[in-house]
Amino acid sequence: MSGATARTPAHALDIERIRADFPILNQDINSHPLVFLDNAASSQKPRSVIDAISSYYQRDHANVHRGVHTLSQRATDAYEAARSKLAGFLGATSDKEVVFTRGTTEAINLVAYSFVEPRVGKGDEILITTMEHHSNIVPWQLLCERTGAVLKVAPINDDGEIKLDEMFAMIGPRTKFVSVVHLSNALGTINPVRRIADAAHAAGAFVLVDGAQSAPRMRINVAALGADFFALSGHKTYAPTGIGVLWGKAELFDEMRPYQGGGEMILSVTFEKTVFNEVPAKFEAGTPHIAGAIGFGAAVDYIESIGIDAIEAHEHDLLLYAADRLPEIAGLRIIGCAREKAGVHSFVLDGIHPHDVGTILDNEGVAIRTGHHCAQPVMQRFGIAATVRASFGLYNTRAEVDRLVAGLGKVREIFG
Amino acid sequence: MSDLRDLYQEVILDHSKAPRNFGVLKGATHSAEGYNPLCGDRLELYLVLEGDKVTDAGFKGDGCAISTASASLMTEILKGMTRADAEAMFAAMHTVLTGEGEVPEGVDIGKLAVFEGVRAYPMRVKCATLAWHTMRNAIQEKAEEVATTE
Repeated sequence: MSGATARTPAHALDIERIRADFPILNQDINSHPLVFLDNAASSQKPRSVIDAISSYYQRDHANVHRGVHTLSQRATDAYEAARSKLAGFLGATSDKEVVFTRGTTEAINLVAYSFVEPRVGKGDEILITTMEHHSNIVPWQLLCERTGAVLKVAPINDDGEIKLDEMFAMIGPRTKFVSVVHLSNALGTINPVRRIADAAHAAGAFVLVDGAQSAPRMRINVAALGADFFALSGHKTYAPTGIGVLWGKAELFDEMRPYQGGGEMILSVTFEKTVFNEVPAKFEAGTPHIAGAIGFGAAVDYIESIGIDAIEAHEHDLLLYAADRLPEIAGLRIIGCAREKAGVHSFVLDGIHPHDVGTILDNEGVAIRTGHHCAQPVMQRFGIAATVRASFGLYNTRAEVDRLVAGLGKVREIFG
Repeated sequence: MSDLRDLYQEVILDHSKAPRNFGVLKGATHSAEGYNPLCGDRLELYLVLEGDKVTDAGFKGDGCAISTASASLMTEILKGMTRADAEAMFAAMHTVLTGEGEVPEGVDIGKLAVFEGVRAYPMRVKCATLAWHTMRNAIQEKAEEVATTE
């Protein structure tokens, strides 16, 4: 065991109190206390979020923006209060810049359809990077098929960092849109999105930042990031599944065409002409995931009660501690050694397939992710089929990293 | 959950570390490709059929211990089998892995019994069946289809 185990980091959160806030953590898996290190896939929910959803359904539920009755008013107030909380969380200047979606994936698809598609034609270019999640690749491929635009992909180096010089050289007069991940789910790399956004803007292109992984673990200020759009998912941010947010500049939202047609997104409908509603309602056709939005608002309250800076520091400590301890395992190689990194360690073990590692760790009560992490081009870049990924949340501890390392020791025992 | 040793039996570990009949088989008359989209495991299977009989078998691929050992043991056991024997063994393997149905009469599963431990790990059953689905496509001459475990 490393001597560092006993040391308590200076910024220490009251981790026992935090852990008590997450009911799911208090259980045994395969006769061992659960160690949940699959937060990049989806994080667990604090009681306050679960209670907010439950209380909404037990006391306040009705459809939003519809009725004149009390419950409809309460539901509407709670839904719009959640929007305000998200606006504050992201540093948005107005609630109108926050559109609720099903998640990051839908947010990106919305931008592709409503903003980018009308602006591109044959030969125009969309620029992404090698480390994108499939959700920031496939919508652009579909867009290119529909429009004849060309998808360009900026390369990454062996440490898992974007080759910025090459990326900047790829930005030119044909570049209409740049979509880049803030924090890579497969590598843990934090990308210099401000510099990328500035380069894109200088060429007249617009920029989306995929914040699915950064929003739960880094302070986000959309103005400082310099992006035109920012997408995040509730369920990775201690909130429910099925809810996410697209932040966008108000003036861009105003000029965009709707994404889906239906109720809520209209001001008036006749068979001759339909007048669309104002932003953000224009992009929220149909009855929204009201409870999800309320849960997302409660998650923001929870994160802010602890402090996103404290969470970031805590996870950074775990990341460094794990980077220190993981190499104790013979033949372990970390994939992704960027200088700026957060939240995630991807690794491979010589001669042992990640799925076998995953099964053995699960037997020890340790939940990690194995596979390609919906980022197959990253795997191809590193010449591997899959990795093991440990990803941290605000409730994880150094002792849990020790459990991970002990479990990997067991893997070595079995496989030699 | 069962003891991990029931899953990772010596025979499985041995075949995963030193797979038999590994590599492109020259002179293959039948071949097929398998892919498990869930985990990214890939497999190319090669068979030599003389008349109705499998006289040689080989495979290439990248997969976990269970899927590699399954393909390795399968290529050993297939040699000398007719198409009908191979189909019967496919059905028997399904029973071994899931506990559902019956091993067809007259089929001796032999070494394949080592895969009974997989039953306790439902997420891993597909790892073991990939090679068998691929084999089936090969002998049914559906080489153009990529076998999956769905």
